[in-house]
Amino acid sequence: MLTPGARAGFDLDRPWQLHPQVSVRPERFGALLYHFGTRRLSFLKSPALLTVVGSLGDAPSARDACRSAGVTEAELPAYAAALATLASSQMIRARVSP
Amino acid sequence: MTQPMVTLPLVEQFQYGLDAPICLTWELTYACNLSCVHCLSSSGRRDPRELTTAECRAVIDELERMQVFYVNIGGGEPTVRPDFWDLVDYATAHHVGVKFSTNGIKIDPAAARRLAASDYVDVQISLDGATAEVNDAVRGPGSYTTALRAMRHLAEAGFRGFKISVVMTRQNVSQLDDFKAIADRFGAQLRLTRLRPSGRGADVWDELHPTAGQQRQLYDWLVACGEQVLTGDSFFHLAAYGEALPGLNLCGAGRVVCLIDPVGDVYACPFAIHDNFLAGNVRGPGGFAAVWRESELFADLRRPQTGGACHSCSAYDSCRGGCMAAKFFTGLPLDGPDPECVKGHGERALSTVASTSAPRPSGDHSHRSRPADPVPVSIGVRPSAGPGLPPDRACDESPLADFSPGPGG
Repeated sequence: MLTPGARAGFDLDRPWQLHPQVSVRPERFGALLYHFGTRRLSFLKSPALLTVVGSLGDAPSARDACRSAGVTEAELPAYAAALATLASSQMIRARVSP
Repeated sequence: MTQPMVTLPLVEQFQYGLDAPICLTWELTYACNLSCVHCLSSSGRRDPRELTTAECRAVIDELERMQVFYVNIGGGEPTVRPDFWDLVDYATAHHVGVKFSTNGIKIDPAAARRLAASDYVDVQISLDGATAEVNDAVRGPGSYTTALRAMRHLAEAGFRGFKISVVMTRQNVSQLDDFKAIADRFGAQLRLTRLRPSGRGADVWDELHPTAGQQRQLYDWLVACGEQVLTGDSFFHLAAYGEALPGLNLCGAGRVVCLIDPVGDVYACPFAIHDNFLAGNVRGPGGFAAVWRESELFADLRRPQTGGACHSCSAYDSCRGGCMAAKFFTGLPLDGPDPECVKGHGERALSTVASTSAPRPSGDHSHRSRPADPVPVSIGVRPSAGPGLPPDRACDESPLADFSPGPGG
């Protein structure tokens, strides 16, 4: 499980991307994610989070991806926490070249 | 994830069903080299109406369109289908991952290397005893050796994290640590599932299902292991003890999972091969998608459940009344307690059910003769002495009969 330290450590200001082995299926509640490498299932519990995750790979930073999806400053910590969870389960990973 | 933006708990979202299953079980054939006493699908003989290779490919095409992430392929013994490997390759090439269950009969070194090379295929070797004695009593003579040989081949080919799949019985709950040790030895992951009174399992459930005390032991062991041991959401009825086990903890039948059987019939779940749970056939117009989205049975299952007799129980929110198939095949009402209800309500309900009133499975593909039955006696194997050695006399009771010193002794 995720430690508070890992949550706090999520870097919103660097570029991220969906892991290439992850498949995304949009659903009414958000989306289902399946990682073919780890064989684990995960959930995006809102359509807005799906928009963020879907645009990570093209955005200069996770913060930019959130802003473009209409995430407010007040909502940002919740999204950072969600992204941290996805990073800890390898659903998303840091992008090396911006 | 815990986020403030959630509107409805996921479990409730799933209760109302999804446009496509998350995963599904697909039994490719009823043919099997074994005759396990608890076989869910009463397998043995091939059904002449089995889906052809072309029909199987069409199903995979549909699963790809519906974005079903993976299929759990089983049987019968799926690897005895001559097109098995072709279908696995076809599925993974079409972005449908494959997990398949096997007794290991076809996992030779070449097959193991091929499996180890793919990121999109996972293997589950069935093993129902940590010793040959316990395993073979359920799965048949020689099946323990076959399973362990397959595991060795997979480990030697570098396949890390394949699954060892164990059905928990009265005879093997005491072997939990031994199963874990076997998994660790092969770099595999342990997966425990529940014995269901489905298929031939109905005939042996009374004697093989774990006792109430063993259920508690199993639950405590699973809680201690956490996510290291998989359960396929098998034991959500045990959540009534308190803490939920890892997983979705709900009955996904017709909501997020289903079964396609070898002839293309679609059932609500792999444990419910009975006309009452038959939603349609993939050969019908509209194929699998139409069955999943339009069948009346599945629409019923996706309606809010009342909980019936269980509704007033304090544990209902945890166990949700347990397993539909377990209730059905033990003759219990579907809106009543699970036969293995941890509060003891199932046992009481069972005592009021006549043993003859439980429904029988709709199909039976069991072998007609059972040459592979274990023989309930222990007879030592004659030492491989050279020709000319006389057979032991039947009356020779000397404790040193058969004793021969080792080479050089």
